[in-house]
Amino acid sequence: MDEPIVSFRHVSMQFPGVLANDDVSLDIRRGEVFALVGENGAGKSTLMNILYGMNAPTSGTVSIRGQEVRHFSPSEAISRGVGMVHQHFMLVPSFTVAQNIVLGREPKRLGLFCDFPKMRAITEHLVAEYGLRVNPDDKVSEISVGLQQRVEILKTLHRGADVLILDEPTAVLTPQETDELFTVIRRIVKEKQMTIIIITHKLYEVMAISDRVGVMRAGRLVGVCETKDVNERILASMMVGREVLLGQLDRHDPDTSDNEIAIHVEKLQVSDNRGLTVVRGLSLDVHRGEILGIAGIEGNGQSELVEAITGMRRFSGGDVTIGGKSIKGMNPGQVRSLGVAHIPEDRLATGVSAPADVTDNLIVGKERQPRFSIGGIHMKKRPIRRWAQETFDRFDIRGAGLDTAVGSLSGGNMQKVVIAREFSFETPVLIISQPTRGVDIGAMEAIHQLIMDKRNSGCAILLVSADLDELYRLSDRLMTIYEGRITGEFIPSEIPKTEISYYMTGGTKEAQA
Amino acid sequence: MDFYSMAIGLMQNTLRTATPVVLAALGCLLTDHVGMMNIGVDGMMLIGAFAAVMGSWLLGSWVLGIAVALGIGLVLGLLYGVFVIKLKSDEFIIGVALNVFAGGLTTFLLRAMTGQTGTFHAEGGLSVLPRFSLSFLDSIPVIGPLLNNNTLLVYISWLLVLACWLLIYRTPLGFWMRSAGEHPQSLRSAGKSPEKIKYLASLLCGMLACLAGAHLSMGYLSTFSENMSNSRGFIAVACVIFGRSNPPKVFLAALLFGFIDALGMRLQSVGISSNLTSIFPYVGTVLMMVLVVWRAERRKRRMSL
Repeated sequence: MDEPIVSFRHVSMQFPGVLANDDVSLDIRRGEVFALVGENGAGKSTLMNILYGMNAPTSGTVSIRGQEVRHFSPSEAISRGVGMVHQHFMLVPSFTVAQNIVLGREPKRLGLFCDFPKMRAITEHLVAEYGLRVNPDDKVSEISVGLQQRVEILKTLHRGADVLILDEPTAVLTPQETDELFTVIRRIVKEKQMTIIIITHKLYEVMAISDRVGVMRAGRLVGVCETKDVNERILASMMVGREVLLGQLDRHDPDTSDNEIAIHVEKLQVSDNRGLTVVRGLSLDVHRGEILGIAGIEGNGQSELVEAITGMRRFSGGDVTIGGKSIKGMNPGQVRSLGVAHIPEDRLATGVSAPADVTDNLIVGKERQPRFSIGGIHMKKRPIRRWAQETFDRFDIRGAGLDTAVGSLSGGNMQKVVIAREFSFETPVLIISQPTRGVDIGAMEAIHQLIMDKRNSGCAILLVSADLDELYRLSDRLMTIYEGRITGEFIPSEIPKTEISYYMTGGTKEAQA
Repeated sequence: MDFYSMAIGLMQNTLRTATPVVLAALGCLLTDHVGMMNIGVDGMMLIGAFAAVMGSWLLGSWVLGIAVALGIGLVLGLLYGVFVIKLKSDEFIIGVALNVFAGGLTTFLLRAMTGQTGTFHAEGGLSVLPRFSLSFLDSIPVIGPLLNNNTLLVYISWLLVLACWLLIYRTPLGFWMRSAGEHPQSLRSAGKSPEKIKYLASLLCGMLACLAGAHLSMGYLSTFSENMSNSRGFIAVACVIFGRSNPPKVFLAALLFGFIDALGMRLQSVGISSNLTSIFPYVGTVLMMVLVVWRAERRKRRMSL
């Protein structure tokens, strides 16, 4: 057996408050397709970013071709033959395909000017050599995402990479484009002896393309197997089999069990930013006093679903009614006035104003209430501060004062600020996305109880999470979402997690039977 | 005065008034390409005008005057770069600050250095840019009078239009500049520093804007007076927007402004109030901006169809 082309030894990566990689040792063999799988936040991308030199590990060593890497930088990685295709492409939209491929190492004429014919020739040569068809003269902004990905791959190949890291390459592709990509991967591995590391969480892709697979969970590498020795079910249980000791939640049924439908979603169709339909005729109901959990791998339409229900995104078909009223054409403020509060998935982008202090972040949305302002213009400082202090204490926000900028709080406390603000609207409907992402166990426990209390008091709660344990702990009913459609509805206590992850990754009841 | 000589005079004036706008606009468009459009070129121009006159007066030569202006331009470009790139300030705020600062600074320095206010009078005369003429061109109608009797900077500005176009669209450096403005991460992942490229653009912008100022105070006029840039820098910014940062198009836009300006002066001489004619360039600016918006809207509509 050859010596490994890439070798991680006891690699750990500590980010502020998060141990993203925990003592990972892994060898990648020359000429193999290695799949790295795991839940969101399991540390797959972090590990590969270390290999590509974007981050230096806190401890441990990385060797490429037997030589230890001492300076971690992308240009160092490139010079050692490692290339990475990021989830977000590194392409200049207004440049042509050829210009993007040679960016940074343009061929020159007269020592000064770009040699355009040569750029085109280089591209055509790469196209011929690797069989990745692109037109050198097309503008990158005008070609499909699948083609853009090809340009990215050709760019790394042009830079001389023979170890290629693909970070969730199929997340942006149509099934047909995915097939084409896999064909290309197989060919370049076979014909050019390339080594491919592919980060993914779609298990059937692992089975389809990889020689070996490594499973990561909570920063640790929990297993490395030959792909032929495992199946999707085994991998799924390795991915989710986390043992976190959490206490029992205080769950009791609300006094008014009238079982009224609070959120009604009917054949909803929503497009993403690129104009692709990502929610495809989805229907669901949420009753009062219940938590409906949506389980799905990220990027299957759940973000757009939540944005549509909260008025942040227009929907192109179907309807959403809240408390019997259609929200078609409403803006987020109007939807909120129907009695909806929202905890968004990306708290830094849409949940808080990071430079503003805790008080301002808590009060926003209530500042026009007569108890806090005169005529909505003059703010009453004292009542605001008193209320903010009460809320601060009630929700047990720690590590900060009322005047601290929210951006300097830990993830858990920042999330508590969002929850405190949203829950204190006392609305009958709550839309909650990824409530405990990047939050430590202690805060997670507290947040879960807060959500449960809301349910117990009769709120209708739609909970979207990538964390299965969380969904199992909180949900009364669970639905799995895959490619914008509901693929199943379950009672959490009646179905094992491995079964659920099977439906989340595209499994169907028919295939099961 | 016959029509021919009137038309020639108008065109000569067009070239002369357009030149400082062209130079300042070239500087501005370079910063626009790297994604940090400098609207402070008006202030840089004013400081450049002052530096050139002071340099020429103190050192006794227009060549040294221009050298001083270029040196000050480097300093201003570096300053703008540090604030916008390193300290990550908003480029518009820094540009506005630069414009306000320039007016105060030059007025103050004029008093401090010469004891004079308003317009500077150099005792014993000032070495200014010489005008060039080639006698054989005189015999050619239209071309001759237009090409002859201009200062060196007029010809240089034409060459610079070509040079900037080549730089931006034909050299690797130009590609790096445009990617630094449009998608800096892709440049970084190619192993080049977007920051360095931005600094370079900022330095070039400072030099070009100060060169524009030098032409204003030593070529167009022969002295420095307070606030003599008279918002030409803003007109340059308008030209950059109108010409979409493409040097030849920006050049044509600047010529259009020069023409409107020259026309205004011409109309003054036939008895139309200068209060009316002096608003011409600004009315022209507003009309151009309306056109820019209209064009953008139309493109957007076409895209959405």
